[in-house]
This record gives sequence, C-alpha cells and structure tokens, in this order.
Amino acid sequence: MELRKSYFADVRKDDLHEIGQPRPRSDSPGHVTGKTAYFADHNFPGMLHLKMVRSPHHHARIRSIDTSEAEKHPGVVRVLTARDVPHNVYTILILIQIGPEDETVLADGKVRWKGEAVVAVLAETERAAQEAAAKVKVDYEVLPAVFDMEEALKPGAPIVNEYHGQNYYLYDSGECRKVRFGDVEAGFAEADHVLEQSYQSSPIEHAPTETTGCVVMPEGNDRFTCYTNTQAMFFTLDNTSIILQMPGSKLHFVGGTVGGGFGGKVDVIVEPIAILGAKLTGRPVSFIYSREEEMQISSPRAAEKVVIKDGVMKDGRIVARKVTGYTDAGAYSRHSPYGAQKGAGHYPGPYTIPNVWIDTYCVYTNRTPSSAMRGFGVTIGDFALEVQMDKLARLIGMDPLEFRFINAYRDGDMKAHRQPTEGAALIECMQEASRAANWPVAEKFMAMSSYKKGA
Amino acid sequence: MAKVPVQFTLNGSEKAEFVESGTTLLNTLRDKIGDTSPKGGCQQGTCGACSVIVDGELRLSCLTLAETCNGVAITTTSGLAEGGVLHPLQRAFLDTFATQCGFCTPGMIMAAKVLLDHTPNPSREDVVEALSGNICRCTGYEPIIQAVLTAARANSQNAA
Amino acid sequence: MALALQTFATVKDANAALKAAGTRYLGGGTLVVRAANEGDVSVSGLVRSTDPALSAIEINDGKVSIGASVTMAAIAGHPDLGALARAARAVGGPAIRNMATVGGNLFAPAPYGDFAVALLALDAAVGTGDAELPIETFLADRDNSRAIVTYVRFALPKGDSFRFLKVSRIKPKGVSVLSIAVVLEHAGNGTVSSARIALGCMADRPVRARAAENALFGKTLDPDGIASALAAVGEGIAPITDPIASAWYRAEVLPVHLGRLLLG
Repeated sequence: MELRKSYFADVRKDDLHEIGQPRPRSDSPGHVTGKTAYFADHNFPGMLHLKMVRSPHHHARIRSIDTSEAEKHPGVVRVLTARDVPHNVYTILILIQIGPEDETVLADGKVRWKGEAVVAVLAETERAAQEAAAKVKVDYEVLPAVFDMEEALKPGAPIVNEYHGQNYYLYDSGECRKVRFGDVEAGFAEADHVLEQSYQSSPIEHAPTETTGCVVMPEGNDRFTCYTNTQAMFFTLDNTSIILQMPGSKLHFVGGTVGGGFGGKVDVIVEPIAILGAKLTGRPVSFIYSREEEMQISSPRAAEKVVIKDGVMKDGRIVARKVTGYTDAGAYSRHSPYGAQKGAGHYPGPYTIPNVWIDTYCVYTNRTPSSAMRGFGVTIGDFALEVQMDKLARLIGMDPLEFRFINAYRDGDMKAHRQPTEGAALIECMQEASRAANWPVAEKFMAMSSYKKGA
Repeated sequence: MAKVPVQFTLNGSEKAEFVESGTTLLNTLRDKIGDTSPKGGCQQGTCGACSVIVDGELRLSCLTLAETCNGVAITTTSGLAEGGVLHPLQRAFLDTFATQCGFCTPGMIMAAKVLLDHTPNPSREDVVEALSGNICRCTGYEPIIQAVLTAARANSQNAA
Repeated sequence: MALALQTFATVKDANAALKAAGTRYLGGGTLVVRAANEGDVSVSGLVRSTDPALSAIEINDGKVSIGASVTMAAIAGHPDLGALARAARAVGGPAIRNMATVGGNLFAPAPYGDFAVALLALDAAVGTGDAELPIETFLADRDNSRAIVTYVRFALPKGDSFRFLKVSRIKPKGVSVLSIAVVLEHAGNGTVSSARIALGCMADRPVRARAAENALFGKTLDPDGIASALAAVGEGIAPITDPIASAWYRAEVLPVHLGRLLLG
C-alpha cells in the first residue's frame, strides 16, 4: 500500500532517507541464533528458588500463619513473612507523589484478592519450594467480597482496602476525575437527538511468552545485581529501594531484554522480595512466575465500564458529550488511578465538542489488581467512543467517515481539558484512509485541512 | 538425591551429565549444559518456546524428561549456524522482521526446520500447520510465515 | 523429594512399582510432567515401561489394536488408519502429537482428550495388564484406574461411517470448545440402523449421547430426519466451563455442530 507523502510538505524536510527503508533490527541476530540473554538465562551455582504461598480467598482476615513445618522441609533455606519486609506497605506511584501507600509486599493481617502473596519460601530446588509452600498453614477468616464496580460504590459495600477507606480513589477533585467544559445540559436541550449507551470490558491478560521474573545475585559487598524483565527499570529500582530501605546505590539492575511485556511488566512485584531473599540468605535467588501465575496473578488490563451520552444535530455536529468512566483497579492502586485520570482527558475523543462533562472513577474491588497495558485508560475508551460514533452516524443517517470529518479536531481548537489542539493530523489521516480503503467522501471533506484557515 | 547419567549429542557434540531424576530436558539443556536457546515459556506444552529436535522429530523439552533421552541426537537453534554463517531459516527470520521480542524465535525456528526437512516446498497451509504449536505474542505470525516460505524458496534456489 | 522416574522393561514390573503412593505412569509426559511443572506436589514418582508391545499397531481383518504408547503422530501418519487421522491431528500441535499417547489421551480431562472421544464412538475396548474393559466403563472409573493401559482395540470403521469434528476458536490448533465423533450404519433403504455418538467437553470426560443415538434410528440424514436427534443431544450433558467457553455456550452450539457433522 503506497501512502501519499504530500501531507504537511511545507513543515517537513523531504530528505528523510531512513523513513520507509528497511533496516535490520539490532537485536535480531541474537534472537535468531538463540544468543540473546533474557533474565532467566542467568544461572548461578547455589541459586535458590522462590515460590509464593498465595491467598485462596478473595477477601479474608489472617488469624495466624504457621510456617514451622515448611521451615523444616528438606531443602528449605528461608521462609519470609510480612514482618521480614522492612517497608511492607507501598504503592508504586508514590515516586510521583500519588499515594497513599496501599499494598503489601507480603500480606499482613488481611488478604484482599484471590492470589495475593502471603508467604515466600526459598529452597534449593523449585520442587522443594513447592512442597514446603504446601506445608505453610494460614488460618483465614473469610470476609464478604465485592467484585462489581457499581456494587463497590454503593453505601454499605464491604471496604476492600482500608488504606483508602472507601472503594474509590480520592483525587484532589474528589471521588472522581472531572472535566467540565461549556454547559452540557444546555447542549442536550439544543440537540436534535440524544443517545446514551453503556459499554464495558473484561480484564485482559497480556500473556507474554516469557513470564514475569528476576534472578538476583548478591555481590558480597552489600550490593545486589538483579537481572529482571521489568519494563520499568528505574521505577522498579526506586521502589525496591523504598521497600527494602536500602540506598539505590546498593542495587544494580540489569535488564532491557524482555520476552514480551505489553505493559504487563511495569509493576514492582518480584524484584523486592527476591532481593530480600538474597540479602537474608546470602545466596542467589530466582523468582519466576509459572504460567498459571502469569495468567492469574500478574496484573491484567483493568475491566472498564463507559457510559456515553451524546447530543447530536441533524447536520452532524456533536453539541454535547457526557461520559462516566469506571476503571476496576482490583484490590490495589498500582497504575490504575493514573489510567482513570488519563481517561478523563481522553474521553471527548479526537473531536471538537463545545459542551463536555466527564467523570472517571478508579474503583477498588476484590479482584486481581489491574495495571498498565497498551494505552490503558484510553484503549477501551476508544472502542466505546468509536462504536458510539458509528451509532450516532447511523442515527442521523450520515456516512460514518463524513460524520467524523465534521467533528474532527483541528489546530487551534480548545480541547475539553483546556489544552489547545496543536499538530493535529486527523483530517489528513482520514483523507488517506478514505483513499486507501476506497471509501469515498464528499469533495469538501477531501479539501479540508487540519490547519484552520486564518488560524 | 539420586542422580542419573544422561548421554546424548547436542548439535553434533557429545554431552554427558548427571541429573536429578525427573529433571526435564529443558532444564538440563539450560542449567546443566548451558544451551539457553530453548526457552521456558509455559512449562505446560502450550507455547512451543522450548521446542527442540530429537532424532529428527519436534519435541517439547519442558515435558520431556532428560533421562528418557539417552543416546538421542538433539538439535537446538543455537547449533544451526555453521562457521558463523546463518542457517537459511535464521537469515530469513532476520530479513523478514520475523522477530520482535525474540522469545518464541528459537522454538519457531525449530518447528520450521522440521517442516523444511520433510517438506522442502511447503504451502502456506503447511507452514501454518507446522507452526501451530508455537505461540508468538508480538508479530501476529504473518512475518514468521513469510520467513519460513522465504527460507524454503532460498533452499530450492540453492538446490537448483 | 524430587520427581524420580523408574523405567521397567515389562508392564508387569511397572505395574508393581505403580502401587507406591504418589506414583503416576509416564506416557508422553504431556499430562503428568505438565502437572509436576505447575507444582502439583501430589505426584512424587513416575513409572514407565519400555515394553515394545506398547508401541505396536496391529491390523488384522478390520480389527485394530493400538499400543498405549503409540503417539498421535504415529496414528495420523499410518497408511491404514486414515479414517482416524483427523481425530489424531485434532490433538495439540506437531510437537505434542509426537509425544502424546493413545493411553494418555484416555486420562486427559476435558477440554483435552479429543482422541478418546473418537475411541468412545468406535466402542473401543481398553486393555490393561490383566483385563479388558469397554471404553465407556473404563472412562467412567478412570480416576480409580491403577493398572497400566496397554492397548485399545476396535473394529476399523467401514467407508465413511466414522465422522469426527473438533470445534475450536483458533485454527489450526486450538483447545476444544467441543468435539463430536459419530459412527453410523445404514440399512438398505438408507435409514440409520445404528448410531454411536460421543461428545467431548460435555462432561469432565467423553460421554455418549444415547438419546440422540436412539432418535436417529430409522431416520434419514436430512434436516427433518436429524431434527429429533439434535433436540435430544443435550439430554444428560453437563458441559464444562473454562476460559474457552461457558457450559451455556457449549450446550447452545452442540446441536448446531452435530447437525453440520451429520449433514456434512
């Protein structure tokens, strides 16, 4: 497919010799010969294997933990519980002042989702660690759990996470992130048609072929080298430094080669506890998720619910848009308060609408904590918005692509969250899509530009 | 713990190791012998990243116990290049951008090699079938399919 | 305790070793090694037998005997077992088929065990060291089976009397939404004189659809003729729910796919 290069010819040089030319990937020779070193390709003599005892309940109080049988199991070197972790309650976004700290490295007094880490077992072999993990006795008092976001927001719902005190993230703007632009109710009153639709999605697992994990080598000088497949190297280093109360200068992280991430490897989960294990035993430690853990334990993309109410004119102009978005964080924040906030800025879509009202909630439930995945906070929103756009076009009997030309944002337009539009290229993208897909639109749309005349 | 002797050839060279009974071929190759080209992606026989060739047949090394491999000949992706010259499959994977994260690549190349060893001029359907036990989460498979077809064409041109 | 493997030349010796608690028989490894890898610590020892009889395929007078260690690939590639090739190829990808055995497939929990569905429709007999059981009886009590399965035996289906369908969301290799195997015999007037229908994923193991079988008797294979069988095929089923499909979905689409298989 040959795409035209004439767009924006006046603002770019036409001497781009690399763009459009195939260049070999620098990492491919390693990949095709099997020489690329992933974290798990580091293997050290005397390495211990870490296996996690996990909560079988969605929500429960821990009455007691008995590790005595596990500690006596042949091959077991060390068993870790919450009291072994120097700073056990953390939250990864604290690095950018998004608190409160709300998650435990190892459960302390309570579990809030099925699969939560409770006790870590370090043993000479994976098998010994698995056998010993089966011998850890945890006495649980099962508590009522909540799995549905709207149920969680109702008064009287079980409180998922006491560090928040309520089942939503409290932004500085209140119970949700808010965008207010124009007068949305006046817009609906003026509209020829109003369409309200609800869209929802399930959690989605990234399912990388390489599971989450790390290998830690104590260097003998109170420094630790951590081979990891994290997608967030310095985020992980800084959070580990907080959790282990250890200066960052003692931590040497080696990574960058990731066997598929897609956002699923940005949480700080395996490294702190593995480094702690290496510190307390003086031995190299390997902590690698099994496939089942990768699918069930690692954060998925959040489940979302998006309610969109639009006011549209017969001539194709959208005059009002009200969106209420719900992001299911699961039991802990991780990156979800940020995802929900990102949605608030994004929900009007790439369209210029004079009256906009947006509320986005980050909701806590007793589900697996969700986190980053490819455009989290906007991907599900885009699905909802574009399905809504098609429905609106159908409602007024207009071609769906022409309908988008009418509403597309252009340079100089004010977005609902008060950022003026700059460098827009939606018009030109749609023009080229129209041509490439052989989906003709009226000539006046083909003559449009993202530059507004006189702007 | 009782250790058992295991002897086989790996990419043409003799290997002899003592392993704990019940050790998988994957762990033996990676941890004992140091050939980390087979990857452990699922340990369930689902992803194909651990695929190796045992006596000409594609096998999942994560579900194969090392002690059942006495006397066999094993081929892995790390042994394909000869004298620093890439195997046509490796060349094709590189040239057609069939690798992204690279984690599935060694297993994909093993599955493709068995196919081309038996079917030098495969159809697209043959390639899809041959790779059907190997999961790639990055590429969407199309560049990998093209790589195998490209390698097959390169082979037949060389033979002609 | 490590996962120790004991290898025996004879099935008899292997059977004796299997009496120890925590031991499982190792066929192709696609079930038991997988379980051990995932941390199933109830498996502490593995036993296998290298008896060559376990790997034999014998065909005499239309009667087939397949050793329990015969792989899916060996069946799919056997020149005289063409009728079964589709069912054998339904199992896993190429590497799995080089490893997975006929004996192991009898123990594979749904959604796996597509080949056992075919064997159930073929009304196979399952041989163990000292006994032979009808496959339906064997499957019903398979969780308590301790004796090593040595062979399966059945009559080779005539002509196109055997039909097999595996439905999966991913092609060519995906986990079963369901699988169906049918063996049909026709009377001189073209009506169905005998039908055996076996279903996969409609319980935790392959099951017969007896009500549908009875409803086909005396009918012709056209939309009207099979209607009562399609209406009856859901009787007594308890489909599994897993990440591939819900029980509800499986029950809903079962008659659709049975219809396609019967009319196809």
